Amino acid sequence: MADSGEATADGGTPRRDFLNLVTASFAGLGVVAVAWPFINSMQPARDVLALASTDAELGSIVAGQAVTVMWRGKPVFIRHRTPQEIEAARAVPLSELKDPQTDQARVTKPEWLIVVGVCTHLGCVPLGQKPTDPRGEYGGWFCPCHGSHYDTSGRIRKGPAPLNLTVPGYAFTSDTKIRIG
Amino acid sequence: MASGLHNSDIPNPVLRWIDQRMPVFTMMQKEYGSFPTPRNFNYFWNFGALAMVNLVIMIATGIFLAMHYTPHTSMAFDSVERIMRDVNFGWLLRYVHANGASMFFIVVYIHIWRGMYYGSYKAPRELLWILGVVIFLLMMATAFMGYVLPWGQMSFWGATVITNLFSAFPIVGEWIVQLLWGGFSVDNPTLNRFFSLHYLLPFVIVGVVFLHIVALHITGSNNPLGIEPKGPQDTLPFHPYYTAKDSFGLVIYFIVFAVLVFFAPNYLGHPDNYIPADPLVTPAHIVPEWYFLPFYAILRAVPDKLGGVLMMFGSIALMFVLPWLDGSPVRSMRFRPLARIAFLLWTVCFFVLLYCGGKPAEEPYVTISRIATAYYFAYFLVILPLLARLEKPLPLPESIARAVLGGGPLPAGAAAKPMEKA
Repeated sequence: MADSGEATADGGTPRRDFLNLVTASFAGLGVVAVAWPFINSMQPARDVLALASTDAELGSIVAGQAVTVMWRGKPVFIRHRTPQEIEAARAVPLSELKDPQTDQARVTKPEWLIVVGVCTHLGCVPLGQKPTDPRGEYGGWFCPCHGSHYDTSGRIRKGPAPLNLTVPGYAFTSDTKIRIG
Repeated sequence: MASGLHNSDIPNPVLRWIDQRMPVFTMMQKEYGSFPTPRNFNYFWNFGALAMVNLVIMIATGIFLAMHYTPHTSMAFDSVERIMRDVNFGWLLRYVHANGASMFFIVVYIHIWRGMYYGSYKAPRELLWILGVVIFLLMMATAFMGYVLPWGQMSFWGATVITNLFSAFPIVGEWIVQLLWGGFSVDNPTLNRFFSLHYLLPFVIVGVVFLHIVALHITGSNNPLGIEPKGPQDTLPFHPYYTAKDSFGLVIYFIVFAVLVFFAPNYLGHPDNYIPADPLVTPAHIVPEWYFLPFYAILRAVPDKLGGVLMMFGSIALMFVLPWLDGSPVRSMRFRPLARIAFLLWTVCFFVLLYCGGKPAEEPYVTISRIATAYYFAYFLVILPLLARLEKPLPLPESIARAVLGGGPLPAGAAAKPMEKA
């Protein structure tokens, strides 16, 4: 045993070191390979993914009205904007915006604004869906948690939130129906 | 003991900084590095380490399964099916956990058999042995409650039959059963508490395993010769000799485990448990999991409710007093020609009971179970105490090194010959 820890005649790595490294490496690889199924099992399961899109009917929403639908466990704001609201959103120069984005880039049809109703600051649901709600200084939404103001395009205008309200992927399946996700 | 920093000789400065304040590295080096271990272990001495690994696997898979399981009678079965079909790698986690229970019992049965054959329960290792029996009982309780969780037919009726065992006790029986159920039958409260306890008990097992190892490291391991090491010539440092030997055994263990999980995941299970629990219909043939069958056979061998229950619990309770039933000072059966045959016969009876426990309660299995049960108890209560007085053991080797490095028992006076490696 005494000789196995010493350098070989040609001055190479001692045999015991080599064996230790190979054993530890294979054991480490094995642990990593086994860890993957465990970690992956915490990702959304297939039944969760199967429910990851939501259909919404827009026909009954009159101009100026807003509805909230659930998508992936989060509220999605659907607002039927009035011409004045569209006008207000489009009149703002991009240089005034914290997260510059044109209103045109945020809608498919100008009268329908569809955004995820989660404040980009720390995840509260902003107010502004009900007619009685405060809508903030820019007529969009107001987040009461930390005072973020969003405009009629759902863009951040004032307060700590860094980004505009997220526009989810959606498509019009007919004139009055959309599928989110 | 004086307080202050520990005088550490760990070379790495960062590890030494920690070791001076909390000498865990020194402890690991002492208990698993240089720990003197008999040099003559055979592969039966792998099974303690295998059981440890198995416990870790069960806890890891169990924690991840609990993230997806719902302990409610109306959702439990479906949540298990969801684990099998929808959760990423859920099938793998569940099959590893279910077959891991079987592997655990295989490993632990071999571990216990090893202790009985080589007399590891004898002085000074009685407490070590008793802690092991406690672990075994905790394992049985944990496994039983785990089998109830999928809420299939076997889960439900197994739970009903096993909890009803306690109704056999006079006066308090009814009270105990209601306490277990949280109602008047196995129902949602039962499922809820079984889930809670099934999550708790493995950590209790971890605690008792720790005590088991503490006790082991005080007395040191037994060995196939059953004689104590007399000096450094009889031992090897645990690392690398037994870390390497355990690792090899571990690889074989993983291969067997993998074959079970990937090629026969339901071989040891029961198809009736894929039918949702129905309190109105009992399956025609109720059997517990295979690892309970020997004890189930003892239960059924006795034609009396209380008697059967007492015999079943007694068959395990006897293990606690085994160190005092076997009075022979010779540990290893290698040197006990009669006890060796008696114990191998006991082993056969264990398998016979395992077989009969899985068969319907009819002839010839009932008679065979009774004969095997009688021998099971006779071995502990009659044969071992008698053999301790009557048996003439074979001569023991002078030392482990003598026996391993050549030469059998020496004539008296010749044992003082120095070893070439001290």
